[in-house]
Amino acid sequence: MSESEFILKVEDIHKSFGSSEVLKGVSFNVKKGETICFIGPSGTGKSTLLRCINQLTIPDSGRVLLNGEEVTHAGSKINHFRQKIGMVFQNFYLFDHLTAVRNVEIALIKVKGMNAKDAREKAMTELRQVGMADWADHYPAELSGGQAQRVSIARALAMDPDVMLFDEPTSALDPELTREVLEVMKKLAQQGMTMLVVTHEMGFACSVANQILFMEHGIIKEQGSPQVLLNDPKFERCKAFIGQFREYSQ
Amino acid sequence: MDPLTILIDWFPYLLTGIFITVGLVAVALIIGVVLGLPMALGQVYGKLPLQSAISVYVWFFRGLPVLVLLFLFYFGIFPGLGLDLPAFVVGAVVLGLRGAAYQSQIFRGAIQSIAEGQMTAARSLGMSRTQAIRSIILPQAMRVALPGWSNEYPEILTESSICYAIGVAELLTRSSQIVSQTYVTMPIYLACAVIFILLSYAGTSLIQRLEKRIAIPGFGPGNSS
Repeated sequence: MSESEFILKVEDIHKSFGSSEVLKGVSFNVKKGETICFIGPSGTGKSTLLRCINQLTIPDSGRVLLNGEEVTHAGSKINHFRQKIGMVFQNFYLFDHLTAVRNVEIALIKVKGMNAKDAREKAMTELRQVGMADWADHYPAELSGGQAQRVSIARALAMDPDVMLFDEPTSALDPELTREVLEVMKKLAQQGMTMLVVTHEMGFACSVANQILFMEHGIIKEQGSPQVLLNDPKFERCKAFIGQFREYSQ
Repeated sequence: MDPLTILIDWFPYLLTGIFITVGLVAVALIIGVVLGLPMALGQVYGKLPLQSAISVYVWFFRGLPVLVLLFLFYFGIFPGLGLDLPAFVVGAVVLGLRGAAYQSQIFRGAIQSIAEGQMTAARSLGMSRTQAIRSIILPQAMRVALPGWSNEYPEILTESSICYAIGVAELLTRSSQIVSQTYVTMPIYLACAVIFILLSYAGTSLIQRLEKRIAIPGFGPGNSS
């Protein structure tokens, strides 16, 4: 496979907080349109890894390349890369003082320099995409968790990112709300959005992901397509982990 | 002459004192916000030397009685700098500098109360830190700060009467002058008190109206997620 086929390359990322080494050399490549799910026990560095990709957390060493350009050590150019790397957070982080539509359009205006009319149009298009157009004029406090998360997805999508990072997007939601968010994400994946998803939703990971990366103790322990990970006896640890979730869902 | 007639006769004189008082308060509040807000930002986002310098400023202006500050500036610091400033200017500046020290802490608390995730989300969209502070953090922080900040108006209004001590011709100074000319005490000081109360009421209700106007559903002190 030629180098240029990868939209995102992550090379040997290390990160420590104080004396605890959270990421101990993580590398992987992502092809355009792929959905990669990161699973594994809590505290194994999955979220830190995502934040290292858009440099919200600065890795101690290693490189991140987006379309062949180095994102690490980008200096002030990082703001340019972050527009290309959308991020959705566990707790939504909607801007509390802005309505849904203002949440989506503000970066278009302030960062991309779009005029108010075009930004509004684009924001409404994105809200429609996540089924939130009817709630455009509502404030975050007036939205359910699922609705808030869908607005936050629209906000990230509005920047026309090359890659979307989802950091446990449904962990703060009950099963019903989880479903509405996962539906939106599934639709995005089908439309060809490149997505990196940290999740505990095994059903979603197994049905939507092209690749599952199982992380433990700061490294990628096992990786492969869902079928391979679940059927190949070589991948014992991951299968056992997924199995735990299955026990409860049966 | 009965006290009422005296009051009516002298009322225009008292009334001009209102303008001086309102002027003192307005200038002091403006100085307070213009200096207090950047100081708060410096304390939250600035480097250590800046943070320390601001702490020293706050410590100095909050640690001294306002009358001591007035005397220091009026008789010492400004003349020492070769500045021969009118008492009104010294009074307004001292109230403003002192107000800035207090207001910086109101703003600082409000900025720090905004959840970290707001900055994180703004940065993740490609906003610079300055853009995030201006478009996301400050509009929220100012709403959080307003109820606490609204104390500043009656605080500075009542404090302004201490400018009497350096001879600013504000309400209390003028009241005292009328008393010494007419030997009528109570009605004059009562009129002075009523005017202060009315000014306090007017300003406070203006701020409350502003608070309601910029209120956002589910957002405000205690609601910040």
